[in-house]
Amino acid sequence: MNDYNFAYLDEGTKRMIRRAILKAVAVPGYQVPFASREMPMPYGWGTGGVQVTAACLRPDDRLKVIDQGADDTTNAVSIRKFFQRTARVATTERTGDATIIQTRHRIPEAPLSEGQILVYQVPIPEPLRFLEPRETETRRMHALQEYGLMHLKLYEDIARHGEIATSYAYPVQVSGRYVMDPSPIPKFDNPKLSNCPALQLFGAGREQRIYAVPPYTQVISLDFEDHPFVATKAPHACDLCGDDGSYLDEVITDDAGRRMFICSDTDHCNSRRAAGHVGALTGDAA
Amino acid sequence: MSEQAPLLSVRELSKSYGARRGCADVSFDLWPGEVIGIVGESGSGKSTLLACMAGYLAPDAGAVVFDTRAEGPRDVLSMSEPERRMLARTDWAFVHQNPRDGLRMGVSAGANVGERLMAVGARHYGQIRAQAEDWLERVEIAAERIDERPRQFSGGMQQRLQIARNLVTGPRLVFMDEPTGGLDVSVQARLLDLMRGLVRQMGLSAVIVTHDLAVVRLLADRLMVMKDGLVVEEGLTDQVLDDPQHAYTQLLVSSVLQV
Repeated sequence: MNDYNFAYLDEGTKRMIRRAILKAVAVPGYQVPFASREMPMPYGWGTGGVQVTAACLRPDDRLKVIDQGADDTTNAVSIRKFFQRTARVATTERTGDATIIQTRHRIPEAPLSEGQILVYQVPIPEPLRFLEPRETETRRMHALQEYGLMHLKLYEDIARHGEIATSYAYPVQVSGRYVMDPSPIPKFDNPKLSNCPALQLFGAGREQRIYAVPPYTQVISLDFEDHPFVATKAPHACDLCGDDGSYLDEVITDDAGRRMFICSDTDHCNSRRAAGHVGALTGDAA
Repeated sequence: MSEQAPLLSVRELSKSYGARRGCADVSFDLWPGEVIGIVGESGSGKSTLLACMAGYLAPDAGAVVFDTRAEGPRDVLSMSEPERRMLARTDWAFVHQNPRDGLRMGVSAGANVGERLMAVGARHYGQIRAQAEDWLERVEIAAERIDERPRQFSGGMQQRLQIARNLVTGPRLVFMDEPTGGLDVSVQARLLDLMRGLVRQMGLSAVIVTHDLAVVRLLADRLMVMKDGLVVEEGLTDQVLDDPQHAYTQLLVSSVLQV
């Protein structure tokens, strides 16, 4: 595979993306436009994240790719293979060993450390999109910091459901300035965005936007004084590793109503099981 | 009570669309608590004038001086955009002819009323909701319909909701563009009654643009008659309507159908 440049994109494109990333880091939460390229995968498969990862990769990096927390799902496997072939970088499934983690819809359970880069795949970067369809208007609202509309959505949630029912892509305010869509991560993960030692980069390929949360930046989830933000998860412990503090997937196991809850972060679950932790269904399901 | 400064002072406001005149050399003062009506036929420039005053259109020349709470009289046109938008959601209100232009049709009535409160920083759900309920009742919408969307309301109710949404932050100046357009006469009468009550009760100043002379007869203290972008006559409402001087005003007054 010498037909491609290192990490697929040509050097000029990577430089363009790096410039956008630098600007995004300088203005936390601000959506920086960039000239998103056609990638050899469809939109919605992480074309934005892949371009950001390609621009950040160095030959000595160790890459981890997760999709909904899992290392072994189609999206994660195909992107990991893509960079194995085009960049020949080492890959890993261990959160702690990775230098770059590309993720779709989750933040790993294991705490991140300084020097790591977390790259999010973002479908819709504009948090105000469904409230105000005009892009010219939303940009002006960001510029003037007019974010009353964001609370309108939360108000509607409470009026209709009695609580803030938004459970993913929960809007946050970065460093006291820009309101940002944290990509469709569950709101369980929102507190991990704040004061994180790792650099967090967000790439939206179809929408051609890059934004960032630099290390140790304050990120606040929006809420009302009398309806504060609550990070939620299924009220169970993992049936495989017994952890009751990690985010869970519900898996239906037969057509008789049986189900099990397992950690959505496969690396977290595997390392706990390797360390001898057991859950309620360890043994009989796997 | 003596008021020193007019609330709104418009000076030689002009706007043309290329070679065509929108409105030209319009000047007037609006005093606190006063309602001024602007009448004229379609295309006479009254909506252009209103849009220029409210900041929706940039006029070619002139000044719109508003007596702000914090800093006294200031030219709105030379304000920065954040200042103007802040003014537009606190001290000003704009009631559109078509409620769909002034409401958010996708969210509930309560959220429509609460939007301005949240835009100026209210972050307590219970208080926002209580104020929304209070305002719905003041515009004669049953409080139990607070979670319904404006789509489910009749045209008259939508218009009343739009008024509630605009008045919730206690503005001092309301711009109205044909507020009763498209409503049938009995609904119009109720709406006018409501508006007259609110204007008097809250001491609002208002600029009402309409082609309906009955509306200004009921609501306006003073009247300006426009034709081809120019003000052809102005004076007290009764005076202009009962003793029109300009030929066009005479035509306008005599054109009203009698039942």
